[in-house]
Amino acid sequence: MDKTILPYLISGVSVGGQYALIAIGYTMVYGILRLINFAHGDVFMVAGLMMVYAAAAMPLSLAIPLVIILTVLLGFTIERVAYRPLRTAPRMSVMISAIGVSYLLQNLALYITGGLNKNYPQIPWISDRVTVLGMETSRVTIITPFLTVFLVVLLVLLINHTKIGMAMRAVSLNFETSQLMGIRINSVISATFIIGTFLAAVGSMLFFTNYPGVVPTSGAMPGLKAFVAAVFGGIGSIPGAVIGAFIIGIAESLIKGLDTILIVNGTITEQIGLATFSDAFTFVLLIIILVFKPTGLFGEKTTDKV
Amino acid sequence: MKAVRTPEENRRISWFCFFATLAFLGLVLLLDQLIKPTSPMYMLLTVLQKGSVYALAAVSMNLLNGCTGLFSLGHAGFMLIGAYTYAIFTIPSASRDTVYQYYDAAVRFSFPEVFGNAMGPAGTALGVLVAVILAGLMAAAFAYLIGLPVLRLKSDYLAIATLGFAEILRAVCQWQKLGPITNGSNLLKSFARVSKFKLVLGSTKLTLSTFVPVLIAAVSIMIIVKLINSTYGRAFKAIRDDEVAAEAMGINLARHKMISFTVSSFFAGVAGAMMAMVLSIAQASNFKSAMTYEILLMVVLGGIGSTSGSVIGSFLFVAASEWWLRGLDSGTFLGINAPNIFRNGFRLVVFSVIIMIVVLFFRQGIMGERELTDVWLNRRRARQKKKEAGK
Repeated sequence: MDKTILPYLISGVSVGGQYALIAIGYTMVYGILRLINFAHGDVFMVAGLMMVYAAAAMPLSLAIPLVIILTVLLGFTIERVAYRPLRTAPRMSVMISAIGVSYLLQNLALYITGGLNKNYPQIPWISDRVTVLGMETSRVTIITPFLTVFLVVLLVLLINHTKIGMAMRAVSLNFETSQLMGIRINSVISATFIIGTFLAAVGSMLFFTNYPGVVPTSGAMPGLKAFVAAVFGGIGSIPGAVIGAFIIGIAESLIKGLDTILIVNGTITEQIGLATFSDAFTFVLLIIILVFKPTGLFGEKTTDKV
Repeated sequence: MKAVRTPEENRRISWFCFFATLAFLGLVLLLDQLIKPTSPMYMLLTVLQKGSVYALAAVSMNLLNGCTGLFSLGHAGFMLIGAYTYAIFTIPSASRDTVYQYYDAAVRFSFPEVFGNAMGPAGTALGVLVAVILAGLMAAAFAYLIGLPVLRLKSDYLAIATLGFAEILRAVCQWQKLGPITNGSNLLKSFARVSKFKLVLGSTKLTLSTFVPVLIAAVSIMIIVKLINSTYGRAFKAIRDDEVAAEAMGINLARHKMISFTVSSFFAGVAGAMMAMVLSIAQASNFKSAMTYEILLMVVLGGIGSTSGSVIGSFLFVAASEWWLRGLDSGTFLGINAPNIFRNGFRLVVFSVIIMIVVLFFRQGIMGERELTDVWLNRRRARQKKKEAGK
C-alpha cells in the first residue's frame, strides 16, 4: 500500500512547494494592501510564456535571469499603473482593477500565442529523471521543496532582520501611522511586489517543467489555489501560507490518485472518477476553514470598528 | 445627486418605463420578422439575444454587489445550475439516447412535451417557461444552502468563498457518477433553443427567436427593479452603506443578505437558462470564473449600483465584442488593412485596455449610481423651472 501512496505524496510535496512560492506573493500583498491580487496567477503564467520565448532566442543561462528580471518588472509596473492610482479608493475598486489586469494579461497572452499550447523548454539538470526510494521521477520534484524552504527562510530573515523588512511589518500593522513615522509607503509596497513576483517567477520555472506547456489560462487555477493556501494558513502570515500550500498540494495530489489508492486498498473495485474533485477539494478546504476559523491557521484576529 | 421624487413623479416614471419597455419589445418583434439570417444586419439580432442574457446576469449581480454591497463572485456557478436544469428538462425524449451517449439517462421526460401533449402548442411554450422558472428555483435553492455558511463572511473572504463554491459546482456537474443526470463532462444539446421559437397564427408565421429572450430578460429586470424600489431594496442599500448602522436601525442583516443572495441567484439561474437556449448547448467547462469576471466588468462599465447602467454596460460590452470590434480580429478595421496586427485575439486586447481605462479613470462607469429615470427626471425639472422663470 505504501508503494501506491508514495508517488502521489512526493509529487504532492513538490506541487505544494510550487504553490507556496506563489502564495507568498498573495499573502504579502494582502498583508500590506488588504488586496487580493487576482493578477498574481496571471503574472505567473506570463513568466512561463516569457521563458518559452526567451529559451527559443538565447541560451538558458541568459534566459533564466532575463525572465526573472522581466517578471519582476511586470509586477512592479502593474502595481504602479493599476493599483497605486487607486490607493485612496474603496477596496472594491482596487479588487476590480486587479480583476481587470488579470483579464488584460490573459487576453494579451491569447493574442500573442494565438491560443496555442506553447511547449515549455527542457531545463537541463532539473528536468532529468532520477530514481528516489525505488521510484522514478524528475529531479525538479525532489528539489522544489528544499528550494522553497530555503527561499522562505531567506525571506523570513529579510523581514525580521533588515530595515526594509521592518518597514514592511510596520506598514502591514498600520498604514497611516507608519506613513507618519516617515516610512516611504510607496517604496515599501513596490518592494513587496518585487519580492512576490520574483518568487512567482521561480515558482513558474519549477511548475511548468513538470507540465507539457503553457496556455493563457494556465495561471488561473494555480493562482486561485495559492490564494486559498494563503487564506488557509492565515492571510498575512508567511509560514502559514507555506504550510497551507503544502497541505493543499499534498491533498490535491492524493485525490488525483484516490481511485487507484482505493482500488489497491480494496475499498472500491473500479474507477469512480474522484480525480474530478482534485481542484474542487481545495475550495472545500477553503470553505471549511472560513466557516470554522475565518482568520486561518496562523492569522491575527481583527475586529471592525464603528 | 439622486433626486427625491414626489408621488406624482413616481407614477409618471412607472408608466413611462412600462410603455418604453412595451415599445422596445414591439420593435424587437418587428426586427425579428424583418431581418433574415442571411442579412448583414443579422448581427444586431445576435447582439440583442446575447445582450439580453448578459443584461439579466449583470442586473442580478448588481443587485448583490451594487445594491447590497455583498461582493460575490459565484455568478457563473448559479448560471451553470440554471443552464443545466433548463437543458435537462427540455431535451425531447426521442433525442435523449443520442445526447446521453455514454450514460443511461435518468430524466426521461421533457416539460415542453409533457405540457405540449396535454395542451397543444400553447403547452409547449408553457413547458419552456416552466423549465426556465425551475432553472431559477434550482439556482436559488443552491444559493440558499451555500448562503447559510458563506454569508457570514466579510468582503473579500466572501468573494473568494463564493468563487470557490462556483468551482465546486462545476466539478460536481462534470463528475462521471452524475453522468445519468448531467452527462458528465460531455455537453448537453438538442434541447429547446431560440431558433425553434415560432408563433403560428393561421397562415402567418412569426419568428420569436430574439423576442423570447428579450421578453424574459425584460420581465425579470422589471421584477428586480420593483424589489430594489421596495422597502427591501432600501434595507439592502442601508446594509451596503453601513452594516452596523443598518443593524442598529433594526434591519435583520442575515435575513436581508439571504434574500438578496437567493433572489440574485434565482435570476442568475434564469440567465443561465437563457444562455443555454441562445447558444443551444450547455457545457460545464464554459462556466468558468472568467465568465463571472466578464459580468462583473459589465456592471463596472455601466456603473456599480445602477440597474440601467448594468443593462447599458452589458449591451455595449456584447455589441463591442461580438460586432463592432470584429474587424480587429479579421484584418481590417476602420478601413485600415493590417492582417499582421489585426489578427485573432487583438479585439479582446483592445477591449481589456478600454476596460482598464474605465476602471482606473472613470470609476463611476457610464451611469455612476444614477438610473436613466433620474437623468430624465432632472431634465424635466430643469425644463419646468425654465418655464416658470419665463412666465
